[in-house]
Amino acid sequence: MYAQMVDTGVKAVAAAADMSPEEQAFQARIDADIKIEPKDWMPEAYRKTLVRQISQHAHSEIVGMLPEGNWITRAPSLSRKAILMAKVQDEGGHGLYLYAAAETLGVSRDRMIEDLHAGRAKYSSIFNYPTLTWADVGAIGWLVDGAAIMNQIPLCRCSFGPYARAMVRVCKEESFHQRQGYAIMIALAQGTAEQKAMAQDALNRWWWPSVMMFGPPDAESVHSAQSAAWKIKIMSNDELRQRFIDQTVPQADYLGLTVPDPDLKWNALQQRYDFGAIDWNEFYEVIKGNGPCNRERLATRVKAWEDGAWVREAAMAHAEKQAARAAKAA
Amino acid sequence: MTKEWPLWEIFIRSQHGLAHKHVGSLHAADAPMAIKNARDVYTRRNEGVSIWAVRSAEITASAPGDREALFEPANDKVYRHPTFFPMPDEVKHL
Repeated sequence: MYAQMVDTGVKAVAAAADMSPEEQAFQARIDADIKIEPKDWMPEAYRKTLVRQISQHAHSEIVGMLPEGNWITRAPSLSRKAILMAKVQDEGGHGLYLYAAAETLGVSRDRMIEDLHAGRAKYSSIFNYPTLTWADVGAIGWLVDGAAIMNQIPLCRCSFGPYARAMVRVCKEESFHQRQGYAIMIALAQGTAEQKAMAQDALNRWWWPSVMMFGPPDAESVHSAQSAAWKIKIMSNDELRQRFIDQTVPQADYLGLTVPDPDLKWNALQQRYDFGAIDWNEFYEVIKGNGPCNRERLATRVKAWEDGAWVREAAMAHAEKQAARAAKAA
Repeated sequence: MTKEWPLWEIFIRSQHGLAHKHVGSLHAADAPMAIKNARDVYTRRNEGVSIWAVRSAEITASAPGDREALFEPANDKVYRHPTFFPMPDEVKHL
């Protein structure tokens, strides 16, 4: 997902007997669905895990602007261009809501950005794939934002107040993203044979990376179990993946496109789709930095940050000068 | 390493005459920039007609540890709610 394989720093899920009275009271509040706020006492592992998860989520939004930004100048009409700019601007906004939520935990914005640029913090695997055609912009909105919505709606109920509130705001804006993507896919799928082939090609390339986005099966993951106990992970990777596939396959059918999975078939007994094996090797390679665009994405972010340094410094110097003048005049 | 822009808390008043409501925070070098950034970050869909920006450092907040001292005294004063006073059914407009 936008936050994948988040390390909780624990070796086993904490049992009540091993908890200090403070930790027990903390867990009791979470169990009673009382939100944890930044100034409340919290275990250090909870705080650190949330910083990792929320900053990774924020970095994903910001890096996620790049694959789509790639097509702004080449959008096929003025209307498509205006819509895509609004969408990419939203992604920037989502990153800002999330950075602000993470900052309430005592980590600075600059520190989070340094961690990303130094490779200490991750962003979602999905944004390391290239956008080769205009149809990819449609496929991202439809599939990637569709997958993001699956994950983010449960997170609106997560235990940390600022994160939950940021998610509410993000979710309100996200369905525009998914619909604009699907509208692009409809236009292509109902267009010329070449346009339909372009839509099919985009689906072929984005399907498996989107399915992998939810992360590896987490039944045996101690981190997932601890995050679930803390209510910062509400549903398992496999549950979310199944839901995504079940809701997306009929949408592909409507477009007259074929999901690139020969083993995909409706299971009438279980009322869900069965699907083929996922190539987790590819996922781990991308996570390790060997996806098609990892180096380019990070280099673009670092360059933007470094090129903007003089602007940030100048704005601060100007503000300080104005404040000093006002103080002198008073 | 340059100095980070200060943090601001943003409050937005919606169109329906409600009070300014806290919506989140952002970084800006000064107050005019805080208003401009708040416009871009928090009002892209007509969420408001007025913005307040307050330096986060200027906010005084109650401490979680003072919750009982501050808020518990209200618990045993249920007579502050109108439902405390049962009214006869035949008496209207009360």
